[in-house]
Amino acid sequence: MEGELANLGQFIGAGLAGFGSGLAALGVGNVAANFLAGALRNPSAAASQTATLFIGIAFAEALGIFSFLVALLLMFAV
Amino acid sequence: MATEAAHGAETADHGTGLVFHPMDQFMVKPLFGDGPVGWFTITNVTLWMAICVLAISALMVLGTSRRAIIPSRSQSVAELAYGFIYKMVEDVTGKDGLKYFPYIMTLFMFIVFSNFLGLIPMSFTTTSHIAVTFVLAILVFVGITVLGFVKHGAHFLGLFWVTSAPLALRPILAVIEIVSYFVRPVSHSIRLAGNIMAGHAVLKVFAGFAAIAAVSPISVVAITAIYGLEVLVAFVQAYVFTILTCVYLKDALHPAH
Repeated sequence: MEGELANLGQFIGAGLAGFGSGLAALGVGNVAANFLAGALRNPSAAASQTATLFIGIAFAEALGIFSFLVALLLMFAV
Repeated sequence: MATEAAHGAETADHGTGLVFHPMDQFMVKPLFGDGPVGWFTITNVTLWMAICVLAISALMVLGTSRRAIIPSRSQSVAELAYGFIYKMVEDVTGKDGLKYFPYIMTLFMFIVFSNFLGLIPMSFTTTSHIAVTFVLAILVFVGITVLGFVKHGAHFLGLFWVTSAPLALRPILAVIEIVSYFVRPVSHSIRLAGNIMAGHAVLKVFAGFAAIAAVSPISVVAITAIYGLEVLVAFVQAYVFTILTCVYLKDALHPAH
């Protein structure tokens, strides 16, 4: 469809996709918080798990980026 | 300008009142002349990839050419980068994964240098394009799948048959595992391209606010803060791409299930 209704849909869709970014922030905070709790409990084991921490953060953040990508696609590629 | 014409019927300010559009920085433009971008056109992507290769060579080859026992600064940085990735490959994939260390080092150096070169103002970030990161990710995916079949034959399919689960669940889990295996190149590529593109688009959006006198101090502070975040993201995304490549390689070399 063309015209004003499509533009309205674009803007509303892009705004709703912002929820995805917020939820991704919750997910990343979850991963980091659990790592911090474990690291403060067992500091000597923390250094060996920093790789796992970064992988976990990357997976959680990637899904937030997907929702940002949806917002950008709606705004500029539709 | 040709770039505005590429946006179709929109006016020079894209109908939004902005002088520049935040997404204009990602346009692929030919370096010489204004013609169409064909397969062998020299574009700004070509230029910045060449600069990336030259920068990596300058650090790794020229930096270590003296081979001094007491390293100079460049030699130190080159040795640190080498040791960092060597340790990562060895820790994640084991001793037999070290055969693939040159490939993984190339991936890491290209991505980290591309990301950092993109932080130079007025430059172009090649890894912000899904075209570039998809090629990187699909080569990793295809290469590792072929490697798995060459090394283990049909036993490589045991990767999808989760023996630690109850027998009734295994077919469903196999379907889920196969789907998540094929999603790997998709997420691998979009993670890098999305992170870098999102960061640069945000920087451009905040830069647009600097034209409005009332909010320009806040805008400059915000740009500085986000620039710092982008420096971190540039390194972390290169590290994450590389370590996920190592994890997939480990899956191919030693199928765990």
